[in-house]
Amino acid sequence: MSTAALSVRAGRGFGVGASLRRNRRWALITSYVFLIIFAIFFLIPPYYMVVTALKSDAEVARMATNPWIVADGFTLEQFKILLTQTDFLIFFKNTVIVTVCVVAITMVVSVLAAFSLGRMKFWGSSILATGIFLTYLVPDTLLFIPLFQIVKAVGLLNSYWGMVLVYPTLTVPFCTWIMIGYFQSIPKELDEAALIDGAGHMQMLTKIFIPVALPGIIAAMIFAFTVSWAAFVYPMAFLYSADQQVLTVGTVTSLIRADVYKWGMLMAGALVAAAPPLVIYAFLMDYYIAGLTSGATKG
Amino acid sequence: MAEVALRNVIKRFDDVEAVRSISLDIPDNEFVVLVGPSGCGKSTTLRMIAGLEEVTSGDIFIGGEIVNDRPPKDRDIAMVFQNYALYPHMTAFENMSFGLKLRKFPKDEIRKRVDNAARILDITELLDRKPKALSGGQRQRVAMGRAIVRNPKVFLFDEPLSNLDAKLRVQMRTEIKRVHQMVKTTTVYVTHDQVEAMTLADRVVVMNNGSIEQIATPQDLYHHPKTRFVAGFIGSPAMNFMRCRLEHNGVGLRVRISAMVSLPVPPSQSAQYQSLAGKELIFGLRPEHITEPRRSDRDQECEFAATLDVVEPMGMETMVFFTVDGQEVCGRVDPESAARPGEVMRLHANMDRMHLIDPQTGAVL
Repeated sequence: MSTAALSVRAGRGFGVGASLRRNRRWALITSYVFLIIFAIFFLIPPYYMVVTALKSDAEVARMATNPWIVADGFTLEQFKILLTQTDFLIFFKNTVIVTVCVVAITMVVSVLAAFSLGRMKFWGSSILATGIFLTYLVPDTLLFIPLFQIVKAVGLLNSYWGMVLVYPTLTVPFCTWIMIGYFQSIPKELDEAALIDGAGHMQMLTKIFIPVALPGIIAAMIFAFTVSWAAFVYPMAFLYSADQQVLTVGTVTSLIRADVYKWGMLMAGALVAAAPPLVIYAFLMDYYIAGLTSGATKG
Repeated sequence: MAEVALRNVIKRFDDVEAVRSISLDIPDNEFVVLVGPSGCGKSTTLRMIAGLEEVTSGDIFIGGEIVNDRPPKDRDIAMVFQNYALYPHMTAFENMSFGLKLRKFPKDEIRKRVDNAARILDITELLDRKPKALSGGQRQRVAMGRAIVRNPKVFLFDEPLSNLDAKLRVQMRTEIKRVHQMVKTTTVYVTHDQVEAMTLADRVVVMNNGSIEQIATPQDLYHHPKTRFVAGFIGSPAMNFMRCRLEHNGVGLRVRISAMVSLPVPPSQSAQYQSLAGKELIFGLRPEHITEPRRSDRDQECEFAATLDVVEPMGMETMVFFTVDGQEVCGRVDPESAARPGEVMRLHANMDRMHLIDPQTGAVL
């Protein structure tokens, strides 16, 4: 009897193992199915962009051909015209200048702000920290009208330097917030050890905090870069001549003439504009994720 | 190298008094251990000496100078933290030399000092590693190295061994003692572990509720505790406390701990307890002073019978637990003579080691 019972139990044990394996396989299959669906969903617009950018104007305009494939053969004509006969390179240069300045200003301001708010306890520091985050919650679509007055008052209307002034209102609060969390996750004993070792606040920041919090700082930098590179509302409202325009607004305004859409060139412009963020993400993604998660858990 | 002194030091956090007017003198090169349960104010006291906490009132002297308003870096102290507090992005060498570099020491001097400290701590081959690649004990050594290279006036240790496993803790304890013998420096060491306190200290400061209960050498603390708290805190297992009445039976004083058991006060101590006759007191006796009757114990009067509840063999000795008048009592007996749970065993109380405690004030009489 005991052997029978044993074999029954063994049989059931085997069954449990097998069904577990089957469950796992099903879970994997389902996740892959959904992952593939989402990947297709998100990759269609970029694919369409690439395909259209590689077509000639004639093919884009022709309704008879399949829009999803390049029928008449690839051409780089769109890129050539875009780079030689439009102001695209000026937009690109302006965007690079604005973005580099905005990222630099943002990092200096928010690292210092986060260090003082997160580390040096002073009266009202926690209220101030929350307050800074709240300012991030006000959307730029609301802010651009009052900001217009300010930009005009400082004489930076229709100048990309005006963007260098206003973008940090979007980037500084969020970057400060990320970094407060990151700095707070650094054990208190580390600054105490540095204090005893003879470091002042500035040395503590540059020699201990910045190196230790580097993943968080890079995450914040990527965020500032993305915001600045992709901003649309402010340049739309504050810039109106082509020599001051940035990529986002410039591409759209110069390549759409009334109801004539230069689709091929628009797509080529979008592709070139998307390249720098893509490259940066590819290189810094690991840092970005590490920074965001460890800042979030505050462990 | 310097003496440290605290004068009526008080620390208040909002309306909580963490440290209540303590005074303490630590002579040059002495190893003092602050010990007490968590929240007793020992770490706060250490942090005030370090300058990491401000003093609410009172004065702290290092080397004869008041340092109340000096920042930590100007107090010439070095501190070892419980969680090591090593800089994660620096190698062991960089960690140890950071303080010297900030103080602008010449390169070869830094090299010499770090090498010397590394030799003392036996971490020479670890100097190029980052903290992540070091074990707990190695990290603790690097943290100590960081303190040693500075050659400060005072070493401060804040529970440095609490994060290590039991075996390593014993090893590092010996290491710290060895280092202190080699690098003679005034040392203040905070721990909640009374064994650490007893083994390391020249003098132990027992703290409770923000006040100092007693300052004494480890031996003195063990044999002559001044309060019930100290008596219970020092020694493991803890001292037994039993309600008792001090009686005079015509011949001499006796400690009655239950209807069945009364034990004679030895003649040597009768005189000092004479005035307490008839009072309800607390009788304290350490487990190691409750043993099986031995041939050398001539005094039959000190023997009593007890029914054992729990018996814990430890190898070298056996702990026996029994109750007297509803109070649990522990004895340490020879493993050979220990009875089994539920059995009656004859035990002998070494009354020369007895303590009587005032139940109201908690003072040892």
